[in-house]
Order: sequence, then structure tokens, then C-alpha cells
Amino acid sequence: MSIRERLSGNEAAATAMKQINPDVVAAFPITPSTEIPQYFSTFVANGTVDTEFVAVESEHSAMSACIGAEAAGSRAMTATSANGLSLMWEMIYIASSLRLPIVLSLVNRAVSGPLNIHNDHSDAMGVRDSGWIMLFSENNQEAYDNTLMAHRIAEHESVQLPLMVCQDGFITSHSIENIELVEDEKVKEFVGEYHPEHYLLNKKEPIAVGPLDVQTYLFEHKAQQAQAMKNAKKVILEVAKDFEKMTGRSYSFFEEYKLEDSEVAIVCMNSTAGTTKFVVDNLRKKGLKVGLLKLRVFRPFPAEEIAKALCHLKAIAILDKADSLNAAGGALFEDVTSGMYVNNTHVPAVNYIYGIGGRDTKANDIEKVYEDLLEIAKTGKVENPYRYFGLRKEAHE
Amino acid sequence: MDNMIEIRWHGRGGQGAKTASLLLADAAFNTGKYIQGFPEYGPERMGAPITAYNRISTNPITIHSNIYEPDYVVVVDDTLLEVVDVTAGLKDTGAIVINTTKSSDYLKSVLKGYKGSIYTIDARKISEKALGRYFPNTPMLAAIVKVSNIMSDEALLEDMKGSFKHKFAKKPEVIEGNMKALKMALKEVKKI
Repeated sequence: MSIRERLSGNEAAATAMKQINPDVVAAFPITPSTEIPQYFSTFVANGTVDTEFVAVESEHSAMSACIGAEAAGSRAMTATSANGLSLMWEMIYIASSLRLPIVLSLVNRAVSGPLNIHNDHSDAMGVRDSGWIMLFSENNQEAYDNTLMAHRIAEHESVQLPLMVCQDGFITSHSIENIELVEDEKVKEFVGEYHPEHYLLNKKEPIAVGPLDVQTYLFEHKAQQAQAMKNAKKVILEVAKDFEKMTGRSYSFFEEYKLEDSEVAIVCMNSTAGTTKFVVDNLRKKGLKVGLLKLRVFRPFPAEEIAKALCHLKAIAILDKADSLNAAGGALFEDVTSGMYVNNTHVPAVNYIYGIGGRDTKANDIEKVYEDLLEIAKTGKVENPYRYFGLRKEAHE
Repeated sequence: MDNMIEIRWHGRGGQGAKTASLLLADAAFNTGKYIQGFPEYGPERMGAPITAYNRISTNPITIHSNIYEPDYVVVVDDTLLEVVDVTAGLKDTGAIVINTTKSSDYLKSVLKGYKGSIYTIDARKISEKALGRYFPNTPMLAAIVKVSNIMSDEALLEDMKGSFKHKFAKKPEVIEGNMKALKMALKEVKKI
């Protein structure tokens, strides 16, 4: 029997970490993820976990300590947001290129500047090409579930890549909601122990980690990283299957919400998917055939599967909670549309940049997107594919 | 989602409106409901107007926006009445609960003809009497439970006893006073 609880998203992430009981947690506090290491440090102080907690002086050091710990052969976790991730930037690439399956809880927040502590996805989008697996979470439950599945995916012998679990800062990180927890013993059994094949503290096999990698090797190593990311797709589905056996909760690359018989659909990630479900339910009562594709696995990007899931639609809107400032469109929009193009699927598509810096995403905003889509579906024409919603008019001149 | 109740709290930083919304979420959770309790974080400082929210439903809640058309509004500090549009979007079928000793004529005038029910409670008097200090959030929690009928008085008292024991584990001397404040508030909230 699962445990009925009510937790904030940060509490959910910290609870998952407690149950995983990693060897090392190294973290530096930053809003809105501060509570995760804060709660976790109380678990350490109370003896609930036997983790080595390293209270570092910066995020660069947090990621460096995780890299050292993982290279040594232990399981390491951390949490951060926005500029904390920016400061980790150098080490983020080193973690993935050294094939160290570190797990990071990323509580999404706008990257400065100007200074803003609220939610958008600019932090995550900044590291989308860094070779990390990236899972997104609609609510506290998914932040918890994704964290429980994280090590099984990241540490798999065919993967060995770091993984970040994303959730929306404040919107889910600081909202108390119902959650179903898994018993400690079941989590322990599910996650399993970590026994890497090669590690620094193995005296029988002296190795070097991260030495000079010149013209003759780096290319091959990058190709191996790319292959590992491809391999992760299969592993993600396998782990999800096992997780479903344990909890009854089903996960895949994405969730299709009333998509099958839809004429138009929205593609989005994290908490906005929940608000979109609310709107879909309301519009369906009025007889409108609208649906949602909620992306969970952003890296590896399931291009072929997305193209297949969206190919029957008359119009789609891709919502980006970060602007790529490239005069063309947001990152999710570009990935979805290029994935469809490559898979010979053409559906009129429009991009909305929204929710920047914590601008609230209202049900009305989402309703308006569906209205726009139904209009596009009639004509098949997209006048301006790179748009905003929730932006005050007077500012956009 | 027709059975979903939405509540908006208006207070000033430091008065415990956020805590009250989380306690209400807790209490409703313990009656078997699906809940959300979340504050709207602005520039946080003592005394600044703050907003907190609750959703309570018998079905899972997926919407994650702020609340724009609440069923109920709780005003923890009546100096906000002339500063914040507290009845914005408030349903006429709902109610507003205000911590105040101001006259009904004054309240009606500042609420700009709000057609729903208006309830008042003197949370300062109750808190000072029960706790010896001014913590308006506990009486306001009882007041909104009474007005919205989310749960019975007994269920609230029983549940809060447990919550206070947990919340005030390090200062058990305030538990009794808080329980007293709840009981007084359940009796004293009145419709004008």
C-alpha cells in the first residue's frame, strides 16, 4: 500500500533523496531549490540517512564534489536553480563527458538578468545540449517519481550519463499537494545498489579520470556520449515499466492527454501541462476536440515518437517557458518542429513564449491558444509562428 | 471540477496568512480531500501585502495557476481593504471573511457593493485573549472553516490539535492557547 501524504514539490524531491540515501550530497542553497538541501541536511543530522553531506561554498564546487564522489565510485546527488546551474556550467559538461551518473534536482527559475527568482525554464534550456538526461515533472508526484527512477536510468551500463529532474519553481516546489509515497524498503529495492564497473577507489584497477583527450580521441568519446543518450531511450521505458509494476503509475517519454481523437493540441512541459488538462476538460465539455502532449523526457528527445503522436492533428501549439532570443522560436518549438520535419510529418505549428520570470499562466491564456489553434485548423495558415501569450501589450511595441 | 472550492487569502508579510493557508490545506487533506496550498511570492518583507491560495476538491486538482475567481476571500488585515482589490473576481455566491472591528457601513463602502456575504471577526481580541499575543492566523483559519463549511467544527479541532502538536513541538506551551483561539473564533465569526 502506498502512503497518502501532502508535500510540496521540494519536500517531495527531498523525500525521494532520503529514501534513495545516496553516498554523497553536495549542495549550495539557491531559491527556489534551497529547501531541498535544507530538508536533506536535517535527515543527515537526524541520522535518517548515512549520506556524506558536503556544504560547499558555491554551485561550481557542488557539482565538482559530485563529480569527485561519482568518479570515486559512489552515488552523488545535488539540487539547484537558475544562476546556481549557471555557475555549475563548466562542471555540468565535465560530469556528462566523464560519464558520471550524478542526479540533480533542478527547480526551474529564470536565469538573471535582471534578477528574478521566479519560474521559467531558461535555466534548463541553457544546458539542453550538455549531455544530461532531462526529465520534466508536472507536479510534486512526478518530481518524486522521476527522482526515484533517476538512478536506474542514469547508472544503467548502456547509459552512464548524469540526469536532472526538473520541476517548476514555486508553482510546484512551494505548493502543498496530495502525493502517494512508496514505502522506504520498496524504494531501496527498486533503486538498488550502485556498483560501477570502473572507479577511482578500486585499488585493483588504477585508472585516470578526465585526462587530456586530443584530436585522436575526443570525437570518438563524444560519439559514445551521443550513443549513450540514444541508448537511454530504451532504458527509460524499461525502468518506467518496472516502476509501474511497483506503483501502478505509468510513465513514458510523454503523456498523451485526450490526444487520440483531437483535432488540435498543445505541447508543453511541467506544471503548465496540469493547467492545460484543466482547460482540455472544460473545452471537451463544449464538444471541442482538443488535446495535450505533455513532454516528460526532453533529453533524449523522442523526435520520432512525438512526430507519430502529433501527425493526425490539424494544428499544434508548442509552449516554451524560455525564449531562445534567436528571432525564430523557442527550444521546444524548434525540437518538435524539426523532429516532425525529419519524420516527414507536416502539421501547421505555432510557438508561444509564455510564463517568463514567473508570469502566471492562467486557464484563460491556454483557452485562447486553443481558440487560435481551431482557427489555424480551419485555414491551415499560420501568420506568425513565433508569438507570446501573457505579455502586456504596451511592452511589446 | 464543479465541487472545487477556491480560497484567496490577503494578509501582510509576517501575519501568517501563508501558514494559515497551509494549515487549512492540512486540515482538509486529513478529511480525505485533494488539496493545494500555495503562497504567491512577491518581494518578501514584513508588512508587505501578500496573497496565499487554497484549492480543495473531492477530485484530483491539475490546475496550477493562481486563483482569479475565488469562492471565498479571507482578509487577515483590514488596512488592506483600501489598498488591495480584495473582492476582485470573488463570486457573488461566495463570501468574504474580514478580521476587523470596523462598522458594517464602512465595510460595505470599501467592498464596492460586493453582493455576496460579508463576515467579520475580531481576531486581535481573540488572539490576545487566548494567546496573550497577536497572531491573527489561527482565528482566521477557524473563521473560514466555519463560513465555508469545509468540515465540521469537531473535525477541525481534532485535526488542528494534531497539527499544533507537530508544528509547536518545540514550544508546547502555545498549543492550548491556539486551540482556545480556534474555539473562540468558531463562535464569534458573524455575518453582517
